This record gives sequence, structure tokens and C-alpha cells, in this order.
Amino acid sequence: MNGFSDKVEKFLDILINKGGYKEVITGLQNTVIIAVMGLLIGIVIGTLIATVRVLPKYKKIVRVLDGFCSFYVGLFRGTPMVVQLLVFYYVMLPIIGVKMSSVLVAITVFGLNSGAYISEIMRSGILSVDPGQMEGGRAVGMSYSATMMKIVIPQAVKNILPTLGNEFITLIKETSVVSFVGAKDLYLAFQSIGSGTYEYMVPYLAMALIYIAVVCIITLGIKIMERRLRKSDRGR
Amino acid sequence: MIEVVNLCKSFGDNQVLKNITTTIEKGEKVVVIGPSGSGKSTFLRCLNCMEDPTSGQIIFGGVDIADPKVDINIHRQKMGMVFQHFNLFANKTVIENIMMAPIYVGKKKLSAQRKNNFLKKLHLKKGEIETGAASLAEVKKQAYDKAMELLRRIGLEEKADAYPSSLSGGQKQRVAIVRSLAMDPDVILFDEPTSALDPEMVGEVLELMKEVANQGMTMVVVTHEMGFAREVGTRIMFMDDGQFVEEGTPEEFFAHPKSPRAVEFLSKVL
Repeated sequence: MNGFSDKVEKFLDILINKGGYKEVITGLQNTVIIAVMGLLIGIVIGTLIATVRVLPKYKKIVRVLDGFCSFYVGLFRGTPMVVQLLVFYYVMLPIIGVKMSSVLVAITVFGLNSGAYISEIMRSGILSVDPGQMEGGRAVGMSYSATMMKIVIPQAVKNILPTLGNEFITLIKETSVVSFVGAKDLYLAFQSIGSGTYEYMVPYLAMALIYIAVVCIITLGIKIMERRLRKSDRGR
Repeated sequence: MIEVVNLCKSFGDNQVLKNITTTIEKGEKVVVIGPSGSGKSTFLRCLNCMEDPTSGQIIFGGVDIADPKVDINIHRQKMGMVFQHFNLFANKTVIENIMMAPIYVGKKKLSAQRKNNFLKKLHLKKGEIETGAASLAEVKKQAYDKAMELLRRIGLEEKADAYPSSLSGGQKQRVAIVRSLAMDPDVILFDEPTSALDPEMVGEVLELMKEVANQGMTMVVVTHEMGFAREVGTRIMFMDDGQFVEEGTPEEFFAHPKSPRAVEFLSKVL
């Protein structure tokens, strides 16, 4: 075990005395920013797509939109996140001639990607709400969209919160691929600490621990939110 | 008040309503009865276009609301509906349930007024839009006062901040009834309002319905409560196989049913 404590000392030396902690903090920041922003964008896109997909299909415009949405979902669920990042960064951006920072690219792709997954989660959430809720809203003269926003979706979100938390955790972990387009995330931070000494054991162990800690915090947060939203369930 | 002209409704190949024509006058308490599957609920749900009629007209306030071009929401605000399964908003408290639609309408009126005033400043438009409230806060205050008054009337004011899941079936249905009253509707449609209730709770709901009836509300009620039909109804409409087979005053209908199908039905339920 002597070797191990040496390695720990070396790692701590780089981390604390040689400014390694700055990289870790930047990496952690980027990881959290990409996952959180990706989730938020995903929720907006996912809700829009889910709403379109549960619309009654009388009108042609609805059918066209529905077709587009299912194409979108198929596209983003059918390719790995890394491929989407690479295609967006190295194919799409040069073609349209736009320059974006790699963190921004990562946020965009994560948003688009999680939008596809969240749309299906949200759709099942909307379908899980009693149709009588929509009827109740329509019967007092509220529009379809107002009833959807104020009555149905809040209840749907309550039902899908555990699954949504799952999606968030997946996003946090998937950020480890954003270094493919040069975004400095948690993985890149520890990788560069390790490469300074060619000693990877302790840095990667520390990285794993940080991921677990972040996920634990999120899990706790979701539990608290769930408990709050459940207050309209039974009793009081 | 409501004029139904040649109303037909089909679900796929199954024709549920067969060319119904009838008129419901102001102040009438029409009770629709008939065997299950005869189309009673579908008829009621077509009246406020909860189900879109396959063909025919529903004329309410001088407008054919079955026309898809008509903004149905405005007309539904004057046509309350009470459901078998209450359909209270589960994510809203009792008072929020009652205030929801009045605030929604008040907000709409306010923004219409704001738009109108803006256009007036540009001399693009003349005239006023009456809102009855100067600000959103006032809209909310009015809605709250009205909701509390309605809750006091049904003796549930201490439940104002409770969620519907904590109410009994009878309480839920009474809240649902005052929720539709909060909009000052011209007519209220009742779709089997007591069918999902435990027997001991039927009384309180019927009592409230009677009270509403006595205040002159126009009502269309689909029900299996023959006692209520006899006592409160001003006209009984007996439906079978998608058509109104017989109609008349409760005295006439229950004492001397004419059609054999009505005789058969009454012999089973009375």
C-alpha cells in the first residue's frame, strides 16, 4: 500500500499546490452547466414535441408536425451522443459557417438529444393523466392549450419526476464525452492532471468519486421535489 | 336557449344519435332518462361540443356552436357542465378549482382591453371593452370573493385550501357544481352527477341541484334518479336507441307512459 499513498500524495500535490484544483472546478462547472442547460432545453423541446404528439389528428397540419416530431425523435434516439456532437461540431457548424464555443456546442447537442428522450417521457406522463382533467378544463371554457399548461402538464410532470431525474443523471454522466469537441469537463480535468505525471490511478478514482457525489446530490434533490409535489395526492 | 337541429353522432360505424331535433327553453329542467347505451350521455356531451356532432346544429345564444369555426370556449363559459367523475383539477386546491375559469376569462378580457386601448391611442379603433375589473389583482379578488361565497353556500369554506383528493365524493361533486356556478352560466349540463357516489352521499348532491333549480337555472340532467326527475324535472325526455322516443311532464310520463319501451323501462327501474 506504500505505492498507493505515494500516488495519493503526488496527486494531492498537483491538485493543491500546482493549481490542479482550478481545472477540476472548471471541469465540474462545465459538466454541471452542460447537463443542467441540456436538461432545461430538453424539457422545453420535449414538452413541445409531446404536446404535438398527443394532439387529436384531425387536421393535416397536426399530422405533418407529428411526422416531423417522430422523425426528430428517431434521429436523436438512433445515434450515439458522441456522433451527434461530432457531426454538429465538424459538419453542421462549418456548413452554416457559425463559430461556437465547445461548451455551447455541447449544451446545444445535449438539449436536442435530451429533448428527444424527454418527449417520450413527457408523452407517457401526459397520457397517464386522467382524460377527465382535460374535459374539466374544456368544460369551463378554457382552451386546449391553457388546460394543457395549467392542469395536465403539471400533473404529468409530477408523475414522470423520477424518470426525469433518471434522464438528468444520464446527462451528467454523458458529459464525459464532450471532450471530443474540446469542451473542458470533469473527465478532461482529471485526464490532464494524470497526464502530467503519467499516473492515472488516483486521479480517475477521484473523478469517479466526484461523479458519484454529484449524482447523490441530484438524487436527494429529486426526492425532496417529489415529496413537495406529492402534497396534493392523498389527504391534505 | 338551446336549439338542437338534426343532430347525428357516430363513433366509426356505430350511429349513437339519430337525427335529434329538440329545443330547450330558458328555465326548463330537462331530465333525460333511458336505458344504458341509449345515447343519453353522448347527447348531453354534444350540447357543449365535448363530443363534436357528426352532423346537425346546436344553436346556443343565436350561434351554431357545432360549427368548427366558432370559438367554442366563449360559449362553454356560459354552459356549465358537471361530470359523473367530478373532474376537479387534482393539482389545484378547492378554491383554486373554483377561481380558475373566472380568472382565466378575466385575464383574457383585460388583455383584450389593453390591446383595444392601445389601438385607440393610435386612432385605429373606437369603443370600449368592458371588463368589470381594473387590474389582475381585482380580477383575482372578485374571483376569490365569489368562490368563498359559493363555498359558504355549500358549507365547505373550511375546505377552501384542501386538495380535491381529501374530499368525499359528495363534497367533490358539490364543489364541481359550484365551480360551474362561478361562471354564472345560462345553463348547466349534468352528466349522471350521482352515479359515481356512495349511496349516502347522493342526497347532499341532489339537494344542491334542487337548490340550483329553484333559483331558476336552466338545467339538462342525465340521471338514473327517478325521484329527482319526478320532483325537479319540468320535462322528461326518454331516450332509446339514439332517439327521443317519448317526452312529457313528469306527471304524464311516470303515470301514463305511452310507448312500450318506456313502459318496459319504467317497470324495471321503479
